[in-house]
Amino acid sequence: MPDTGKIEKVSIVISKGSLEGIYPGLIMANGARAEGMEANLFFTFFGLDAIHRQRHEHIKLATVGNPGLHLATWAGGLPGVSSVMTQYMSHRMEKLDIPSIPEFVEMIADTGAGLYACKASVDLFELSKDDFVDQVKDIITVGEFYDLAAGGQIIFT
Amino acid sequence: MPTAVYAGTPVTVTEEGFYLDPDQWREDMAPEIARDAGIDVLTDRHWQVIMHMRKEFAGKGTGPTVRALGRTSGVSIKELYLLFPKGPAKLAARIAGIPKPRGCI
Repeated sequence: MPDTGKIEKVSIVISKGSLEGIYPGLIMANGARAEGMEANLFFTFFGLDAIHRQRHEHIKLATVGNPGLHLATWAGGLPGVSSVMTQYMSHRMEKLDIPSIPEFVEMIADTGAGLYACKASVDLFELSKDDFVDQVKDIITVGEFYDLAAGGQIIFT
Repeated sequence: MPTAVYAGTPVTVTEEGFYLDPDQWREDMAPEIARDAGIDVLTDRHWQVIMHMRKEFAGKGTGPTVRALGRTSGVSIKELYLLFPKGPAKLAARIAGIPKPRGCI
């Protein structure tokens, strides 16, 4: 890899299934493509929800165990709180023109970034390629991920 | 700030090659800027995006991001990346002689 002082390629791992766990990786991948870098996204563990046909429209903000929300833990656990907070956050994001997760995933694929699902997690949750949105190129092993990531930076989120 | 010469006219640009003064830009400069940015030939589709960039900048004082371009320029995001592989908003802004759009999405 020639050292030009610039990042030419990134491979981003999304491992969490909450709203705040998914968006940063998507924003970083999209931003990398916008800067002309090569970008791959690798979804693992609960991060698979971001590309799951049935689930990716229902990604929730974590209102329990999330001190950054400055909400009492008991309050965060009340029925409906997660939904309300998610709606509030989505509304704020829409105002800033940040796309919903399904739209964002589709857009990132359109930019030419590669989207991949982690084989170990797919096996663990007994999923198959049909469970994922069409933009997912393949289900790959960790070894194949490292092959894809060769020559670039790896970002784990 | 560096100076570049396009279509025989010296213009002031940033380190990354963006015009400091969009008023210095002329259409006949675009093909030469494009070549500097790695795009050999500007097609009608490139021009559609470039002129859209100029229009948006004139109206809003800032160039659109890729997402906004995909919605408003009449060129899809997929095609934008085919036309400007090294970043559509960034490259089209550079070729259109406007500042680099700032935005995270």
